Amino acid sequence: MLAQNVIFGAIALAMAAAALRVVTTKNIVHAALYLVVVLAGVAALYILLAAEFTAVVQVLVYIGAIVVLFLFGIMLTRAPIGITSDLDNNQRGLALVVSLFLFGVLGAVLNDAYGSTKLASDNVIQKSADVGNSIFQDYVIPFEVISILLLAALIGAVVIARRD
Amino acid sequence: MSWMLGLDLTAYWATTTIKVLVVLSLIPAGAIILGYVFLLKMMSWMQSRMGPMEAGPRGSLQLVADGVKFMQKEDIFPARADRFVFAAAPIVVLMSTFLLYIVIPAGPRLIVEDLDTGIFFALAVSSLSVLGILMAGWSSANKYSLIGALRAAGQLIAYELPLVLAVVGVVVQAGTMSLQGIVHAQADGEIFGTGLIGNPYILTQFVGFVVFLAAAQAELTQTPFDMPVAESELVAGYMTEYTGFRFLFFFMGEFGTAFAFSAIGATLFLGGWYVPGVEGTLADILGPFVLGAKIMSIAFLIFWIRFSYPRFREDQLQAFAWKYLIPISLVNIMVTGILKVVL
Repeated sequence: MLAQNVIFGAIALAMAAAALRVVTTKNIVHAALYLVVVLAGVAALYILLAAEFTAVVQVLVYIGAIVVLFLFGIMLTRAPIGITSDLDNNQRGLALVVSLFLFGVLGAVLNDAYGSTKLASDNVIQKSADVGNSIFQDYVIPFEVISILLLAALIGAVVIARRD
Repeated sequence: MSWMLGLDLTAYWATTTIKVLVVLSLIPAGAIILGYVFLLKMMSWMQSRMGPMEAGPRGSLQLVADGVKFMQKEDIFPARADRFVFAAAPIVVLMSTFLLYIVIPAGPRLIVEDLDTGIFFALAVSSLSVLGILMAGWSSANKYSLIGALRAAGQLIAYELPLVLAVVGVVVQAGTMSLQGIVHAQADGEIFGTGLIGNPYILTQFVGFVVFLAAAQAELTQTPFDMPVAESELVAGYMTEYTGFRFLFFFMGEFGTAFAFSAIGATLFLGGWYVPGVEGTLADILGPFVLGAKIMSIAFLIFWIRFSYPRFREDQLQAFAWKYLIPISLVNIMVTGILKVVL
């Protein structure tokens, strides 16, 4: 398992460094591009856990669609090259409290749930067919509820965007 | 992950290195073949002229000469450009092309990695090129580049949906997302009551094939979907400020991706490397040639359309994707799903 641990460390370091740059950089487009590094790191972690399908979804949805949408929005409105002075505000203290609180809660929950679980060393790649089966058999009701929620959000967006 | 247990580390790294080198040489080779056969020669003949004739036999080395010329040019950065992003953009685009080749099979054993998510992986990594295009357009500090990049992003997002939905029909029928699995499903299938030619999905998924071809045309920003690089309005869109080998990267990315998309289309709808009656080791030897012939047929269609139609207007382009291609492919998925259950 040594190789996995070393690779996990490298990916985690790169992600942490990029995440720091997302909030400290003075250039809004650079912040979005650093976010790509963080999200790609998440995809790499999924691959390390042999969750291939989830990793591909991560790339397609987060990097291929959401960050592209961010960049599209930034460039459509205002995206000067060079540093922007008004990216910061004076709420750093509050942000620190919120993020530390979130870190504590998430860390405690994850440690409580999976603290003593060990990953099997013969970590076989999860088949996409199994993912599909469990979504449409075991979790079909949550899946349908989320679908309806998204549909409602979609219709709401259309209603708000139409002025007539 | 048997390689991690230290069994065949040398063999693992040797095969991986060979695979990477093969893919790295495939991208320029594919780009040169498509560029010479279609962009230079076919377009010339359709316009009653000879095309390049001097470099090599019938001008076949013209693109190699062009490549050498690009390498020698000065590496220019615009004065106000964001240097790091400007330099990284062509690499992101080429990286997306490179990753596409990982899942395309050229024979029963000739594949870099037969991923279970196969075609889904290919669609996901092809969407990364938008990122490189937006980076190029923004970092150039040129309004034409920025307009070109925004047009490209709007177009690629719109046409990614019909592309994915067109593929879903094939995946439903084959019952797998692995490209190797889709080839085998076509080879073992039967149509018209006989298994003589297998079941190439162009027959049963013809609607999906047409939608796939139209969406691929747009994803490759080939005319009539070339708003992002419209020469007469935007010089060359997001590529305007690029010269030398950085421009060469974009060129290789464009034609290398066209080659990869033709290969994916050939695999999904024409049976990939499979040709009736050829099996085993012989299929590994003949596979690349069979796949090559099928790639050229699909690429011929793409470039034929490119040379024949005028450019879409932006509203026509969006309406074509959202009002026609997406509903058609949704109906196709529904019909395929019903037939899959009934038959």
